[in-house]
Amino acid sequence: MSTKVLPDLIPDAKLKLPREAERTIAGGLTVIAIRRPAVPLVELRLRVPFGKSPLPRATLLSQALFTGTGTMTSVDIAAELQAVGGGLSAGLDPDKLLISGNSLAAGLDRMLEILAAVLTDPGYPKDEVATERDRLIDHIQVAQSQPAHLARTALLKRIYGKHPYAIQTPEPEQVRAVRPAQLRALHAERVRPEGAVLVLVGDINPEKAIDAAEKALGSWTGPAKDGTIPPTPPLEPGPLLLVDRPGAVQSSLRMALPALERTDPDYAALQLANLVFGGYFSSRWVENIREDKGYTYGPHTGIEHFAAGSALMVSAEVATEVTGPSLLETVYELGRIASLPPGEDELEQARRYALGTLRLSMSTQAGLAGLAGMYAGIGLRLDHLREYTAALASATREQVADVASRFLAPSRAVTVVLGDADKVEGPLSALTTVERGAE
Amino acid sequence: MARRIKIPATKYPVERFTLDNGLRVVLTPDRSAPVVGVAVVYDVGIRSEPEGRTGFAHLFEHLMFQGSENLEKLAHFRHVQGAGGTFNGSTHLDFTDYYEALPSGALERALFLEADRMRGPRLTEENLLNQIDVVKEEIRVNVLNRPYGGFPWLRLPPVMFSTFANSHDGYGSFGDLDSATVEDAQNFFDRYYACGNATLAVAGDFDVATATEMIKRHFGDVPARPAPERPDFDEPDLDSERRDTYTDRLAPLPGVASAWRVPDPIGAFPDYLPYVVLAEVLTDGDASRLVERLVQRDRTVTSIGGYIGFMGDEFQVRNPTALLLQAHMPPGGDAEKVLRTVDEELDRLAVDGLRPGELERTQARIATHLLRDTDPVLGRALPMAVLELQRGRPEMLNELPKLVGEVTEAQIVAAAATLRPERRATVEVIPGATA
Repeated sequence: MSTKVLPDLIPDAKLKLPREAERTIAGGLTVIAIRRPAVPLVELRLRVPFGKSPLPRATLLSQALFTGTGTMTSVDIAAELQAVGGGLSAGLDPDKLLISGNSLAAGLDRMLEILAAVLTDPGYPKDEVATERDRLIDHIQVAQSQPAHLARTALLKRIYGKHPYAIQTPEPEQVRAVRPAQLRALHAERVRPEGAVLVLVGDINPEKAIDAAEKALGSWTGPAKDGTIPPTPPLEPGPLLLVDRPGAVQSSLRMALPALERTDPDYAALQLANLVFGGYFSSRWVENIREDKGYTYGPHTGIEHFAAGSALMVSAEVATEVTGPSLLETVYELGRIASLPPGEDELEQARRYALGTLRLSMSTQAGLAGLAGMYAGIGLRLDHLREYTAALASATREQVADVASRFLAPSRAVTVVLGDADKVEGPLSALTTVERGAE
Repeated sequence: MARRIKIPATKYPVERFTLDNGLRVVLTPDRSAPVVGVAVVYDVGIRSEPEGRTGFAHLFEHLMFQGSENLEKLAHFRHVQGAGGTFNGSTHLDFTDYYEALPSGALERALFLEADRMRGPRLTEENLLNQIDVVKEEIRVNVLNRPYGGFPWLRLPPVMFSTFANSHDGYGSFGDLDSATVEDAQNFFDRYYACGNATLAVAGDFDVATATEMIKRHFGDVPARPAPERPDFDEPDLDSERRDTYTDRLAPLPGVASAWRVPDPIGAFPDYLPYVVLAEVLTDGDASRLVERLVQRDRTVTSIGGYIGFMGDEFQVRNPTALLLQAHMPPGGDAEKVLRTVDEELDRLAVDGLRPGELERTQARIATHLLRDTDPVLGRALPMAVLELQRGRPEMLNELPKLVGEVTEAQIVAAAATLRPERRATVEVIPGATA
């Protein structure tokens, strides 16, 4: 066998940001338009602040937003969008209503007109709302049979306690009680342009796209209600919470650790520490529990950001019989990253990954729309990428070790396991104090 | 109805050549973003697994990441991610793909990594046992520990097809996975992972001459091995309806899925394409036939989807394949009633034809989906590698929106008329969980 040498990398060219324009249009909506003409399409993201809204109503509103306007039925809306290759959908998280869509570039004006009708002249017709309500209830019921959802629900309750983020999915009976008039009232109160941001990315002329947005959405007006959510409470480590799922062939292992928001000067270093620990395939934790031990298929970690606080989430589905050993290795790897500085090579590898995958995200219309919308949601613009990539490029071992010791220490983790409690309680109890959760 | 919107096209350039060892290469440069996508596709998938070795094609895909001639275990992952890239692989019915997306300065590294494992993976007992464990956890996550696991992609083929090749479980039984040996893996590699049985596609930010030279340098010395003869997996269409029912102990609500055979996606492409459009006419969005009727009007289903190919890869699947409809129902839902309504709507379509604008708007939306899929570098490298492998026509990726736009109402009506109950295979999910 001849030995061949791994080719060197050619260093990245300087970061190039796409051409963009921004304007606050009549009515108060902020519009950001970005030119990326790679395919003849346009991506749309509209973020409307929705913090502190009543969960069952807000969830149903997001599901029923496209059920009708004063002049269009749900079928009209869908058909008119399709006619320009378009589609729109809405989703909710504890901070915002997010409307996402795309169309052929030549269909942008029409997509904006239809969006404007939905925003300014909503119908919430009785029959259609009833259909969406029943569907939402069915979806929630299916979600409640999925281990990932159950584990997340238990973890959110455990870490957020009485904070509004503790419950992010309504109960079926709460949804059942919501009436169309309540949706109309919530829409009138909260679906307002002030504080909202519209992002358009694609094969567009940014100035003209903003003109089109102004023409369509200039009549969408109204003040935003204050939806500021109080800061999340500090994590309170305690006994491992064990939630029973009898007969489960896998355990869902979840941990929450403290984290920094994106604007923090130490954020890049924390992201690198996260990567070295478990945030990508070539991390210590994944190489350990998957590639060495074979305990799991897709373990992952990541920093989750909400407006009122951030947390580092650790997730793995592990075979029931290795639940204890999986916790052992996880705590070991957290202890190692929190106690000892990372190696030069592994830090460099994580750094390149963080920088490279950002370039990959920036290479598509959808990726740019996601990045621009995400930053706009915290008052930043795409040019923040220059600052962030510089911070990633310059973070030192000492900085990474410092944030790791503060944020990745296993003593700071809140741990939840969903699994067959009778089988896993013993092995878990050998490692830590276990408390069984109420059903 | 407003005048019809023009369906636009992409003009990604396509360069093709074949190395002396038989490896077919596709280059599609686009310098608008500093990233590249590299895809290698082998012409072997789930259908080629030997009996007693269900799940082997997928298990073998995992082994291709476990080290190769010049690379230790873990090295592949580290070299890709340490170059700022992402990687993966996937096993389909008819092919297995391996791919990376990276900053453009890492192109040569990705080519080196793919060439190294094309010469041969390091197949060891230890890595095999480790990856059997990992694959079992993958199956537990995706099938055994969740509601509706494998529905319908693992559940419908045994109802619809008779031969082992077409009907067996592509994830594999734990028994078969446990009995896999290193020798099996070596034989599988020797037989199917020949460079004459593979294509390489590179998309994105590179210079064609430079990339061509790199490809020759890295892949040129992969030993020439011819492609094995590919069996014809065809089998007769159904002449009477087939049904199966199973209880999913984790599912809270009932579900139903049906499939009908469609024309050969490659050999009879003009006959096949209308079915791709028909699936969307039936299920794409609130204005589609079956969503409007079953979800909005009758409320007999909570969601319904339609697509071609058990893995949803309509332009990357060979004959035999099917058009699928799958629906989830509310509590107490009646699959019989849903199927009867589907038949009624298909009849209506076959007799009354389409409404004004219905075809055009569906085609416009399909065009958006197709164009959007090509925006990421891998959205070009992967399908072009498969189109080269299966059809020798990677440039077809540019043509698909237009071809979809040329499908006529008469073709849709004719396609709908073939979806008869007696040609249908159906599987029903009985909810076993207390909701």
